[in-house]
Parts: sequence; C-alpha cells; structure tokens
Amino acid sequence: MKGGEKQMSKKKISQVRVQSFGKKSDIIFNILVALLAFSCIFPFIFVIIISFTSEQSLLVHGYALFPKEWSLKGYTYLADLKGQILQSLFITVFVTVIGTLINVTFTSTYAYAIARPNFKYRRFFTIFALITMLFSPGMVPSYIVMTTLLHLKDTVWALILPMALSPFNIIVMRTFFKRTVPESIIESARIDGASEFRTFTKIVLPLAVPGIATISLFAALGYWNDWFNALLYIQSDNLVPLQFLLMKIQSNIDYMTQNASLSANLSGGMASIPKEATRMAMVVISTLPIACSYPFFQRYFVSGLTIGGVKE
Amino acid sequence: MRVLRDFWKNKAFLLMVLPGALWLILFFYVPVTGNIVAFKNFKYSDGGFFKSLMDSPWVGFDNFKFLFTSNNAYLITRNTVLYNFAFIVLGTIFAVFIAIVLSEIRSRKMKKIYQTSMLFPYFLSWVIISYFVYAFLSPDKGLLNSIIGAFGGENVNWYNEPKYWPFILIFLGIWKGVGYNSIIYFASILGINSTYYEAAMVDGASKWQQIKNVTIPQLVPLISILSILAVGNIFRADFGLFYQIPRNSGALYEVTSVLDTYIYNGLTSTGDIGMTAAAGLYQSVVGCILVVGVNLFMRKFDEESALF
Repeated sequence: MKGGEKQMSKKKISQVRVQSFGKKSDIIFNILVALLAFSCIFPFIFVIIISFTSEQSLLVHGYALFPKEWSLKGYTYLADLKGQILQSLFITVFVTVIGTLINVTFTSTYAYAIARPNFKYRRFFTIFALITMLFSPGMVPSYIVMTTLLHLKDTVWALILPMALSPFNIIVMRTFFKRTVPESIIESARIDGASEFRTFTKIVLPLAVPGIATISLFAALGYWNDWFNALLYIQSDNLVPLQFLLMKIQSNIDYMTQNASLSANLSGGMASIPKEATRMAMVVISTLPIACSYPFFQRYFVSGLTIGGVKE
Repeated sequence: MRVLRDFWKNKAFLLMVLPGALWLILFFYVPVTGNIVAFKNFKYSDGGFFKSLMDSPWVGFDNFKFLFTSNNAYLITRNTVLYNFAFIVLGTIFAVFIAIVLSEIRSRKMKKIYQTSMLFPYFLSWVIISYFVYAFLSPDKGLLNSIIGAFGGENVNWYNEPKYWPFILIFLGIWKGVGYNSIIYFASILGINSTYYEAAMVDGASKWQQIKNVTIPQLVPLISILSILAVGNIFRADFGLFYQIPRNSGALYEVTSVLDTYIYNGLTSTGDIGMTAAAGLYQSVVGCILVVGVNLFMRKFDEESALF
C-alpha cells in the first residue's frame, strides 16, 4: 500500500508532462509484447532453420534451433523435384489470380447495384444476398450439387467457383460505395449522358480503390491458402495446389509411419516422398510470398475491419 | 407490360447483379434445398442431381434418430461449443490485454513492429501451421521432446495423448487470431476521447486507475458486441484447426471431433450421406436460431450494432 502511494505521488508529477506510464513500466510492457510478438513469428523462423539443416543432422539430432550441420540440400532437392512442385505452384498462382479477378468483379458489381437508390429491385437483391449469412447450406448438399449437378469434380473450377463470391464482402462494398462515392458525382455523370456501366467503371471504381484493394486482398489470401476445396474435389495430380500438396505429403508419411510393416513394400513410393528438409523448404516457399507482402498491405486488411462493421 | 418496362429500365443494374445472383442460386439456394437429403435415404443415381434426389426414398426423421441416439452427437456438440466458448472468453481477454498494453507503449515504431508480427499467423493456412506444430511436437524429432529430454524427462507421444490436446487446440486458435482481434480493440482505444483521461488526471487518477476506470469501461460495448456476435457462431468450428493440426489421429478423436470434422468424415469415409446431412442440417438450424436470436437480443440492447 505504502509503496503504491509513493509511486502515485511520483506519477502525478510525471503525468503533468507526459500522459503515459513511467520508463520502467514502458520497458516491462515492451518486453511483454515483444515476447508475444516473437512467439508469433518464431515457428516460421524455426521452420526456415530446419529447411537449411542437413538430412544427417536431422536424423541424429532431430529439429534443432542450432543445427550441427547446415545444408542447402532441401532446396536443391526441391529444384530436382520440379515437376509436381512447379505444377502445384502454377495451379496456386492461376487459381489465385483468376479467382480474385472473378471474385472482385462479381462482388463489386453486385454491391454497386444494390447500393444505388435508383435500382428498383435493390431491396430484393440485398435480402437475397443477406440471407446467406444466416444459414449455411452444409458440406453434404454443397458436395452433391458440385459433383452431380455442376459436374465440377476434378476440374480447376472446383477450386475457383466455390469462393467466387463472398456475401459478407458484398455488404462491406455496398457500405463502402454509399459512403465514399457522392451521389452528386454519379448524378452529374448521368446528366452528361454516361451509361450506368460507364459511370461505374470510369467514375465509381477509381474512387473505390481502397475498398476494392481490401476485398481483393482478402480474396487472394483465401485462394492462396485454400486446401479445403482441393481436399473435397481434386483427384488429378496436375490440379493439386501447393497447400493441398503439402497436406498430401504429410498424410502419406503419417500413413507409412502408422503402418510400418507396409512401408517395406511401398519403398518405391517412399522414394518419391521428399525428405524432411525439403518438406520444410516447401513450407517456406509457400509462406514466403505472404510473409513478404502482407506488411505492405496490412493497412488494407485492417481497414477491412472497420468498413465491414457498419450497416446502413 | 409494366413489369417488362421496369426490367428494361433497370437492365444495367440487373446485368450487374446477374453473375452474383447466379452464384447465389447455384452455390447457396440449390444446396440449401438439397438439405432434404437429411430426410432421405440418399443414393446416387445415374440421372444426375435432381433424379438422385427424387429417387431416394423418404425416411422422415430416421437420420436424425440415428444421429442423436449415437454417442457422437453429444460428443461433437460438446466439443464444438466448449472450444468455441474458450475461444470467445480467452481470445477476448488476450486481445483486450494486448491492445491496452500496446496502446501504452511509447515508441510508435515498436508498436508497428509488434502489431505486424502478431498479425502474421492470421495470414497462414492451417496446413502450414500444422507443419509448424509438427516441428515442435514430432515424437522423435520435435523441439519439445528434445527440451524434455535435455531435462531428463520421458519423450511424450503428443499425437497419441488426448489429455494435452484441449490446451494445444485452444492455444493455437487464440494464437492465430489474437493479433487480428487486438487490432479492433486497439483502434477503439485510440478513438477514446482524450478529455476522459484529462478529467481522470485532474482527479488524481494514476495510469492504472485510468485503465481500470476509463479504458476498460469504454471498451465494454465493443467487447459485448463482438462476444455476442461470436456466440451466434458457436456451432461452427474452424475445420482446419481440428482437422489439420491433430493430423487426423484416431487416438485423439474424443477431444478433437467437432461438428465440422464429423460431417467431413461422414461424407468422405463412412458413406452414410443421409445421417451426415442430418448432422449438417442440425448444425445449420441451431446456428441460424442462434444468429437470429443474438440479433434480436442486440436490437433491444444496442440497435446500431445489430446485423439486421
């Protein structure tokens, strides 16, 4: 108690100048948050270290923070494996680019139409999209529709179309259009004789760039990280995206360690499974694009949080 | 005639909503009606989707009876709800705590660095995180067992020991999302009117007292809104977390099975489509009741923050 009082009187004086904790507390806070922040990136650093560890070292000492022997083998082996990995990388990039384009087009046109007061059916189409946020169709019926009605099983569209629209982003963008694009600008464009499409592409979209950036980054991230649709629908090796490839490699290994007796017979198959360091190198390669780019796009992701929460 | 003219007048907008509306029909409305398989003994037939649906015989609520008389229904519901509850409570506490501490750090540059680092896991897929986790938990090579070994302990076969998994899963769920969630609270703290703090200072409040009596009370509305909204989703588990991280280890099912993994396993391996669809419909209906209920509650409590 006594100490607390003493500290308080001392605080009072310091608070006249700066409205914050003392230097000591600041250091403690820094250490605390720094530890938390470090725990968030440490696993990635660890995996990078493993990917540069020699196979021998891994066999003897396991995964170590300070490996006995470093090696580039993980990456050179990756280069030798190039067939499947390059194909998967290509699929991932293709799906991410095309998917994001489709997603952003579908989402922004839909959102713009229901944001316009002179669209007669805007209420209907708003509710049409909003209902999807209340109820989920479920994995089983979606699967049956995808396979027996749309016949998309084992096609690249099975990776793109299920995520081609996000109703939540429609609402986000609708709010964004209403707030950032003044009605008077659209009105004057109309008076000048511009068609609705022209107004949308030439006037509205340039004004909505921050919103478009936000939803396209979320879409791109979703596509890059997606393994679920591949898990459900993809069988051919040439359609396997990176994330799913990593998943398949791991489950093959789990299968073999669980059935050790079988693995003798499967030694042919064993050879095609990349070694430890190579696997970790693949993890590094599929994470690196995100790790390198998100700090630059961070503010868009964060602004997505704030525009999303507002209804009109 | 008038209907047609209205259509023509709105043709540009109708064209704009067309792709999205088609998507909603094909990927939402058709599957939603497909939920009738929960009341059928579903069999695939060669005639495609509609014919399969029509030809499968009605069985009433039999699928639900099977589901709820098995022990699974209780287990997966319990796991889903309890894990989500833990994420809501602990996740909120950590996010608010981090946001407050972060807001008190003086160096702007350090703040930015901490935030960026804590956001990193949010951008990773569960597949990648499962490799991270494996680097720590691998029974023969993992870092944790090396550390335990260095202190003379016995190796733990992590992927076969259910007792550790509630902690591991809760830890990872919070670890992945806390950076993102703390940003929401951080932004809200920055928005608190500084006159409150000035008034508190004039009254001689220490910084701790300011946090207790100004910052936290100012955050309470946001905390309750976000928690209540999360309760609406308490029946939806994060499939990746529960499917990828435990590596589908049979020994762990008791503590890692949630509604979503149960439905996935039913769809892909056990093959009882009807009962699996029943589990899915059960999840959707209860989830829908929760979301609507939560929103009605919110409307009474705070009109602004209700979703509809």
